Amino acid sequence: MNRAIYDALETIYPAERILMRDAQLLPYESDALTAFNTKPGAVVIPLNEDEIIATVRLCHELDLPFVARGSGTSLSGGSLPIADGLVIGLNRLNRIKRLDPRQRIAVVEPGVVNLHISQAAQPYGLYYAPDPSSQSICTIGGNIAFNSGGAHCLKYGMTSNHVLGLKVVLADGAVTEFGGESLEGVGIGPDVIGLFIGSEGLFGIALEITVRLMPQPERYRTVLAAYDDLGCAGDAVSMVVASGLLPGAMEIMDRLAIKAAEASVNAGYPDAEALLIVELEGEAPQVEAEFEQLNGIIAESGAFETRVAQSEEERARIWKGRKSAFSAVGRLSPDYIVQDGVVPRSRLGEALLEINALKQNYGLDVANVFHAGDGNLHPLILYDGREPGALRKAEQLAGEILALCVALGGSITGEHGIGMEKRDYMPAMFSEEELDIMQALRRAIDPKEIANRGKMFPGGEAPALALQGMHPLEQQGVISRE
Amino acid sequence: MRHQIVSDDLRAPEMAEAVEKCVHCGFCLAACPTYNLLGEEMDSPRGRIYLMKNVLEENLPAAEAQPYIDRCLGCMACVPACPSGVEYGDLLVGYRALQEKQRQRPPLDALARKLICETLPYPRRFRLAALSGKLGKALLPVLPDAFASMLSLLPDKLPPARPLPAVLPAQGERRGKVALLLGCVQQVLAPEISHAAAQVLARNGVEVHMPRQQGCCGSILLHVGEEEQARDIARRNFGCIPADVDAIITTAAGCGSGMKDYELLFKGQADAARAAAFSHRVIDFSAYLARLGLRETTAGFSSQRRVVYQDACHLLHAQSHQSEPRALLNGIANLRLVEIADAGMCCGSAGTYNIDQPEIAAELSRRKVASILAAEPDLVVSGNIGCITQLRQEFARQNLTLPVAHIAEVLLQAAPA
Repeated sequence: MNRAIYDALETIYPAERILMRDAQLLPYESDALTAFNTKPGAVVIPLNEDEIIATVRLCHELDLPFVARGSGTSLSGGSLPIADGLVIGLNRLNRIKRLDPRQRIAVVEPGVVNLHISQAAQPYGLYYAPDPSSQSICTIGGNIAFNSGGAHCLKYGMTSNHVLGLKVVLADGAVTEFGGESLEGVGIGPDVIGLFIGSEGLFGIALEITVRLMPQPERYRTVLAAYDDLGCAGDAVSMVVASGLLPGAMEIMDRLAIKAAEASVNAGYPDAEALLIVELEGEAPQVEAEFEQLNGIIAESGAFETRVAQSEEERARIWKGRKSAFSAVGRLSPDYIVQDGVVPRSRLGEALLEINALKQNYGLDVANVFHAGDGNLHPLILYDGREPGALRKAEQLAGEILALCVALGGSITGEHGIGMEKRDYMPAMFSEEELDIMQALRRAIDPKEIANRGKMFPGGEAPALALQGMHPLEQQGVISRE
Repeated sequence: MRHQIVSDDLRAPEMAEAVEKCVHCGFCLAACPTYNLLGEEMDSPRGRIYLMKNVLEENLPAAEAQPYIDRCLGCMACVPACPSGVEYGDLLVGYRALQEKQRQRPPLDALARKLICETLPYPRRFRLAALSGKLGKALLPVLPDAFASMLSLLPDKLPPARPLPAVLPAQGERRGKVALLLGCVQQVLAPEISHAAAQVLARNGVEVHMPRQQGCCGSILLHVGEEEQARDIARRNFGCIPADVDAIITTAAGCGSGMKDYELLFKGQADAARAAAFSHRVIDFSAYLARLGLRETTAGFSSQRRVVYQDACHLLHAQSHQSEPRALLNGIANLRLVEIADAGMCCGSAGTYNIDQPEIAAELSRRKVASILAAEPDLVVSGNIGCITQLRQEFARQNLTLPVAHIAEVLLQAAPA
């Protein structure tokens, strides 16, 4: 990072909040996708929104690309730094500015941890619904960038369904507000919030977020069904959906994922080929009626064992196993790639059979954990990065799985985003015209393409890293994928 | 994570394995006290793992990473928080020992450290030092920071030394035979803890051996990376603790977790097997007693008391003793246990941390005391001298009269006359 840039940053930050030394930059060079790492030029730690705005304006003025990040839990490399660019670390903007239990809203800063909102709302019988597995640490800013979901988005929707208002600084330094505190957006024009949420940081940085809070369900019924065949578990999901029930969550884990979760948190899962977790929630009389109906369906679906959580502790334990599953795979394999493809849920069984055939072709282990209710697959491809060519092989298998999802009428990402990882699959889903429209929109907001440059779009100045072998920048040692 | 760690250090395989298992998911961040305070990646568990990896790979000079590794409390809160099963302690302890051998410390820092290593583990020397510390306090304003924080931790007056018998016989039918580790710092600052523990054990039918030749377990030295000295001092206890005891009881959290790690500390040494056998018999006072079951119902308190149990990191995170002390306390009549927010966050004591990093330690203490006060207790109970001293000091600083006691003292107090 050159002197002029440092001098300019010093007009905004005291020296101790501009991180430039190797020991300060290295820990920022990856997020939760360590297959990619890039050392940034500097990391700045703002404490308030004025500092963020000043920083973005400076970047715009100096053509300095930046990446805003929270806790760095992206699984698609969404918060991977840009070589010689700036990282804006937003963790210290972690205040809940207002919580209004009567209006059922909270106004928060971008560095607030997802779970902290629910903890603050808990005394009022309220909670924040989107629950990504990393909710104990991931921040609302990141949730907005990637429109994060979670196990319970089946019933309640993703982040975009829970954000009412946004104050943002766009990539060119303009500060603007979208939406408001009202639950109904009628009459405020197009759904700009919807556009901003899920834009993977390409449009700018959320400064202040108004989220809606929901009343905590009065009753939960959490059912764990064990199957000796993964297909049967998939079929059970179709049966539940066909019956008209809308559970809060429906999740499936296969044998390998169960093994990892057991080793990690000792969840007490039965020994099975597949586990189905179905959670009903809502008002007590309705949940009890649904529970009866669900029991009938599960009994018919060929489950060899069914357990119902008898206490809040048992329910928490079931979920802890599920939510730790990704990281727990670290116990089974030194490296893995998590995929995030979506298939129409009626074709879930088909997709699982195909994935099974693919993994045998490649001779790689794949653990499956997925949000079955909405067809969001999370195959975890296990490989050992120390073996030459292993990463490449795993990436090829990942590519075939994504191609399969698209062929079945689904999508290449459900909630982890495109980020760095899936840029090259964009053309598999979108035509050139569609990609051009997205680019035009992005350039209208960020003409210099400084906000999270290199993410989401294939090609361009920060192009194909995966699959096509070494990129020229990689050959020069500017970027690396170790 | 992939790595290129090549080292001929005996502990390198364990260090490499910890790095390998880390998937950089970030679940550890929420549990880490320094990350909560400082909010920067370098001061988080995964950030430190990444830094240590880079130093071990020779990509980064150790001196650059040092401030961030030094700031780690070693509280191990990240270990139970980690879904991938990273043994962070294996990496940290091994790394610190490795670096300490090569590290050039500034003269005053080295002197302060030497003072710690040569006094704390030796009760007689520490007693002497503590007494002369009173003199030092008069000089506080002119002393460098490292000394000032050391001195400020010393109490104004020391309790009198109270020797214990070599054996305290079991009362009634004998249900067990144990050795009690008296510790080093604790013997000087709070000898009443061992007295209480021995009496509670005896009343519950346990024969308690307290050989006079026993000394420090070496954990405090290991914590600061003085591996050789830690081994030397630990060996003295191998000889004097009877081989036929059912258990070796500790009443301080760090001693217990440190002794449970002897297997790694003695890896490759001639007496490795002996160390392992010793280590497997180590158990915390509350865990032993909860497992044995109290023989007599405690009489309890005459009036209702609200009690906060302060979890010591090295009991909760390093030894997974969450339920045992609570079960013992819940058995006391008229004692109402109240839970506090962020119970798993370190109080800032952390071995010699309050001496090495006084500012962070002070902020952690302030936060801990705020959580405790919010629960409005009449009494705070802990199973660790470090936490007890740290809390007493912060209470005194805030002019609070809230008492803090060791769980052994509470059990003794609540026992039938």
